[in-house]
Amino acid sequence: MPKRTDLKSILIIGAGPIVIGQACEFDYSGTQACKALREEGYKVILVNSNPATIMTDPEFADVTYIEPLTIEFLEKIIAIERPSALLPTLGGQTALNLAMELNKAGILTKYGVEMIGAKPDAINKGEDRELFKQCMLRIGLDVAKSRTVKSMAEALAAAEMLGVFPLIIRPSFTLGGSGGGIAYNKEEFERIVANGLDLSPVHEVLVEECLLGWKEYEMEVMRDHKDQCVVICSIENFDPMGVHTGDSITVAPAMTLTDKEFQVMRDASFAVIREIGVETGGSNIQFSIDPQTGRQVVIEMNPRVSRSSALASKATGFPIAKIAAKLAVGYTLDELRNDITRLTPASFEPTIDYVVTKIPRFTFEKFPDADATLTSAMKSVGEAMAIGRTFKESMQKCLRSLEIGARGFGGGGKHGGDEAFEEEVLNNKLGTPNAERIFYLRHAFRAGYTVEQIFDLTKIDPWFLVQLREIWEMEEVLRKQTLASIETDAFRRAKQFGFSDAQLAHFFQSDMTTVRAARKQRGIETTYRLVDTCAAEFEAFTPYYYSSYGDENEVMKPSGKKKIMILGGGPNRIGQGIEFDYCCVHASFALREIGYESVMVNSNPETVSTDYDTSDRLYFEPLTLEDVLEIYQQEKCDGAIVQFGGQTPLNLASALKKNGVNVIGTSPESIEIAEDRKLFVAVLNKLGLRQPDNRIALSEAEALTSAAEIGYPVLVRPSFVLGGRGMFILYSEDDLKAVVRQVFDVMPGKPVLIDKFLEDAIELDVDCISDGETSVVGGMLEHIEFAGVHSGDAAMVMPPHTLSPAMLTAVRTATYALARELKVVGLMNVQFAIKGDDLYVLEVNPRASRTVPFVAKAIGVPLAKLAAKVMTGAKLKDLGFTRELTPKHWCVKEAVFPFVRFPGATIALGPEMRSTGEVMGLDDDLGVAFAKAEAAAKPGLPVAGNVFLSVKDPDKSRAVEIAHALEKLGFTICSTSGTAKVLADAGVTVKRLAKINEGRPNAVDLIKNGQIQMVINTPGGMVPRRDENAIRSAAYAHNVCLMTTITGAAAAVQGIRALMEKHVGVRPIQQYKGNVNVV
Amino acid sequence: MSSSKPAILALEDGSIFRGRAFGADATIAGECVFNTSMTGYQEILTDPSYFGQIVTMTAVQIGNYGVNDEDTEAAAPKCSGFVVRELSPVVSNWRSKLSVGDYLRRHGIPGISEVDTRALTKKLRVDGAMKCCLSTLPLADDEAVRRAKSWQDMAGADYVKEVTCQAPYLWRADDAANYNTPYLPVGTTMNAPGVPAKKFRVAAFDYGAKHSIYRKLVHHGFEVQVFPATTTHEQVREQKPDAVFLSNGPGDPAALPYIHQTVTALLPDYPIFGICLGHQMLTHALGGTTFKLKFGHRGGNQPVKNLETGKVSITAQNHGFATDPKSLEKRGAKVTEINLNDQTVEGLRHTKLPIFSVQYHPEAAPGPNDADPLFVDFYKMVEARKAGKV
Repeated sequence: MPKRTDLKSILIIGAGPIVIGQACEFDYSGTQACKALREEGYKVILVNSNPATIMTDPEFADVTYIEPLTIEFLEKIIAIERPSALLPTLGGQTALNLAMELNKAGILTKYGVEMIGAKPDAINKGEDRELFKQCMLRIGLDVAKSRTVKSMAEALAAAEMLGVFPLIIRPSFTLGGSGGGIAYNKEEFERIVANGLDLSPVHEVLVEECLLGWKEYEMEVMRDHKDQCVVICSIENFDPMGVHTGDSITVAPAMTLTDKEFQVMRDASFAVIREIGVETGGSNIQFSIDPQTGRQVVIEMNPRVSRSSALASKATGFPIAKIAAKLAVGYTLDELRNDITRLTPASFEPTIDYVVTKIPRFTFEKFPDADATLTSAMKSVGEAMAIGRTFKESMQKCLRSLEIGARGFGGGGKHGGDEAFEEEVLNNKLGTPNAERIFYLRHAFRAGYTVEQIFDLTKIDPWFLVQLREIWEMEEVLRKQTLASIETDAFRRAKQFGFSDAQLAHFFQSDMTTVRAARKQRGIETTYRLVDTCAAEFEAFTPYYYSSYGDENEVMKPSGKKKIMILGGGPNRIGQGIEFDYCCVHASFALREIGYESVMVNSNPETVSTDYDTSDRLYFEPLTLEDVLEIYQQEKCDGAIVQFGGQTPLNLASALKKNGVNVIGTSPESIEIAEDRKLFVAVLNKLGLRQPDNRIALSEAEALTSAAEIGYPVLVRPSFVLGGRGMFILYSEDDLKAVVRQVFDVMPGKPVLIDKFLEDAIELDVDCISDGETSVVGGMLEHIEFAGVHSGDAAMVMPPHTLSPAMLTAVRTATYALARELKVVGLMNVQFAIKGDDLYVLEVNPRASRTVPFVAKAIGVPLAKLAAKVMTGAKLKDLGFTRELTPKHWCVKEAVFPFVRFPGATIALGPEMRSTGEVMGLDDDLGVAFAKAEAAAKPGLPVAGNVFLSVKDPDKSRAVEIAHALEKLGFTICSTSGTAKVLADAGVTVKRLAKINEGRPNAVDLIKNGQIQMVINTPGGMVPRRDENAIRSAAYAHNVCLMTTITGAAAAVQGIRALMEKHVGVRPIQQYKGNVNVV
Repeated sequence: MSSSKPAILALEDGSIFRGRAFGADATIAGECVFNTSMTGYQEILTDPSYFGQIVTMTAVQIGNYGVNDEDTEAAAPKCSGFVVRELSPVVSNWRSKLSVGDYLRRHGIPGISEVDTRALTKKLRVDGAMKCCLSTLPLADDEAVRRAKSWQDMAGADYVKEVTCQAPYLWRADDAANYNTPYLPVGTTMNAPGVPAKKFRVAAFDYGAKHSIYRKLVHHGFEVQVFPATTTHEQVREQKPDAVFLSNGPGDPAALPYIHQTVTALLPDYPIFGICLGHQMLTHALGGTTFKLKFGHRGGNQPVKNLETGKVSITAQNHGFATDPKSLEKRGAKVTEINLNDQTVEGLRHTKLPIFSVQYHPEAAPGPNDADPLFVDFYKMVEARKAGKV
């Protein structure tokens, strides 16, 4: 049956800001869906609060709302747009939950909106653990023994029934399984259950038989309305049960199942999707198998496109999201083509002749107080994927794709050294799942552990262990060789094992360049193979490649067009995420527009950039010098863009240039000037610009003297930074002493920078584009929080709302001077601080910044595209962008934090970036725009109720103003002793609460009971007080609006007032187009 | 585990692939084909349809789960040689009994690993299935190519006689060695066969039948009497079967006139179901013809569309020849199913008689079980016939 003609317009809900458990993959799926549906002539209405997504670019949907993802806002949008249908399965758990809420609230019925893809009943059956279990038993599938409970008493009874610890606790309806855990004893059980009941929106947890150590599998399946089902990909987890699949190393295809076992799982998958009733689209079904008996149990199902679907799409070349969208509007699998082979239909199952490995990327260093053990609650912030002809090759490539300093499995670098470990350390690192376990497997082999011993500790399938052991054995063989002595066959075999030239250099005590030259001299060349969905059975037309060392090179003939390589950002991490992928995708589109061939290189499977139709050629490869150079040279590229993928490609810039790569745009030399303190100071001096007073210290003593000279407070940081790691604001010598040793630990022997910290200064982020002749400011964003909060974490307002026109002119002048001096061709981001009438330059990044997509959306100009064109030599005047534009409306950016994933972590804004994502609030009124941003970032501003206020001493006077204002708006103010006294003295009616150690009920109790609607708590001192953090933590866990800075609180008051007094409407970004002033 | 001993694979066009030896020490020649299944090498090795062929797996990690007792399609491996990218040095699976290398060595079959199987597959796709020579013994390149070239081509040769049984026998439903119980994990009851109480007797021609076919027939209510390929129609009639089954098997379907004649003689009198070579035998028996495909269909992901229901099944396939649809016109049969990749014939049905056949493998093994209902269809057809309804 062809597509449905009774549907005219379709509403797609995006996934919102990037959070742990929901990353770029839903931009990828949403973007594919938008394209697929518009191709069919449907009007697409898109809602997403995340401005850093490709899907929210104005050209991807007919109508695009960057508005908060709440049912209130969605109802407003539905009332205006009257869509015929809602497709809820492409925006992650967020979209699925919202669709369910809309349905429950009767909004869909009220406006006659049909849910397509999956019906509410199916979603409910897939999501409700008890219903799901009943469904599975009904169709003859086994499940883990379990009981759903709603109270502690019921939980204890369930534990009794199940008999033995460990037990698994899974809260219902939480994102990525957050709040769950494994309890090994009764005490732990009670703690996790209590937390889980708290976190679950329906106050429900599942207590379950523990399948710890069992094998774990995932099946990606699709179904059409004719009930035709296919498996797109099977995935086997390297880490056995007990580690969330998002935190597990996973491998495709499944490696250790016979056909009989695989087919039972396949049949079971179809039985599940049919029983649950997902009518069309993709689902992900997780299974577990007892390695001793083969008992197979169904773990769970996602009745929607998921992170694993993105992985499966990239792993096989089958575009799950695109096909899911087409199936939802009535097509059947056999009516759709396989884009890669062109001649064969989509009703087939991809077969792959390579091995795909995915490894999660963690950022525990950002949350030093949090527990780094991997459990059933997801903690990773990103992932890398690698493709190799064999498991060994793919694993080693994936390890170097992670960009954590590891070169592979051994071979020097981080985690690959030759140090010996105590047995106790090894047993602990192997026995307790953690982010570095993979590397400790090698240490264990080195220490003489047998595969059996390691299996007993880890339960990692012996097949995987033996593969890794073979890599280590090869390492031992290679160590006995030199570059001169090794035979060519052995050399090639080492490359086939996935060893990089850098690893080999370590073994041969040589360097990468020499190894590379020797390798080429021996004729050992990288060969590129196609990802073709069919294991070469049919001809493939899509140039999607991975590298290997085989007999044949499948790189397609050049088209005659000039080729530009774009280096992506690699795995998501805090500080480098979707914003950079957005820029890379734009670069690719722009290059194709002007007749170049774009060659994309990236290792992040979640992204739009790794979609096979984003670029002319796609290389799914690690972003290391070796891997990138090979591609550049084989493709005979004419240039490479390094300034769009964040710090990853930027770090390669000089080395690439040294190796003959034509780095287009701003030169690597300029990049170095901006990153090198001394060179940069010279530039500032030349331009008459100021930096906060600063010194470099090489020792603790120097640090103390320098700080005394500059005067406290000081900002202390290491020289090369990423996302602000290792930064501290210190107010006294005692504070400094405590920290300085720790700082030298992070970067031993490296200089530490000590800057005067500008207290209460206003920070400003400026994005600018330059073609070498003309420079134009793209946007200025004023931080809401005072200086000291990382720009990635700060809330921002565009255009600046408190600065004078004269100051803005000074900022503009300084920006243009910097662009000229650094000979910027492309994008540049400058961070300024303004204290009184003084303007300081904090940092210059001659590259695309995190705020580029935000700014582009605020002014309606595709900055990243223009920048890419400029880098190829186009001039801004020819591109029609020569005058700075400022929006007539207000655009507010707010950050989203993962604290709820890291119990115990300090909740405060500081110079270290810790947010994972961002949202945008748009409105003609600043208060409303701020309120929208807060609503989008969750939980949103309250309009009535109780506010708990407790601030540090310097904030007390402003706290009084805020309390007065809130009182006037009808809120009741609660506080504890210190702040309460100040407020009462100033005439505010305050309800006094006990501090945590002063008795019950205290603030935490009230928060848990829903009696506090907003918490304003500004942490004092460098090490925040434990009880204060407990309050903030409780606010986070219970979705209570939390403000941790006094300026943030002031903005919140403005927002609340606007919510109460102004009309809060919605408007698509297409209608904001042209709503700008020309400067 | 692959030894460090070299092995060689030479194609008739002179291409040489080098790798490491496993399995038996031997030099053999045969037809080089590739299979794209990601699981199921044990079933592939033991499928008699691969007789005379050297099988290349496109999946790269082979041997991971070893070889077990149950997942066999014949008493011993039947292909001539085995080509893989990487052979696992370890077996890891709770049912495993033996490694692939040991299994092949035990049965005298050579294997070669560390071959760039993708390059080989592309060659076969572009140039077609080729004659080749695989050697795990010291052998000069030109000698290997010469042996590949001089191998007696498959076309026109009767391979069935090499793999069919020697005498009729009853496939015992209660014999543990027949592994009739389908694999199901403990605790899972889905797919458990509901065997009909009433049994029909089927005369199954063994052209090199996969045991899974017999197992499926047993699950679906048949008592399976197996006959050698050379059995005449009179000998079959003497047994008074309720139905006739035509099995899969190796080689050129056109080279088996004695089978064509037997089937032609049985056509008017029995419900008949054919699979793979059995489907091709039916084609010839009806007066149709078959032709050789460039590189065949071998894998577990082939989409087949049923033209009568419009539904697509993902099927397991292993064939190098196909039915010419034009030759079937006016022969009383119609094409019921086609392959969506290349539109070739995948199934046919007689317009008047209770006769149908499929080119693919509804018994799976290895591959998807999607087409299992065909056995139910066969049973119902026989039931209707017995009730005098057809």
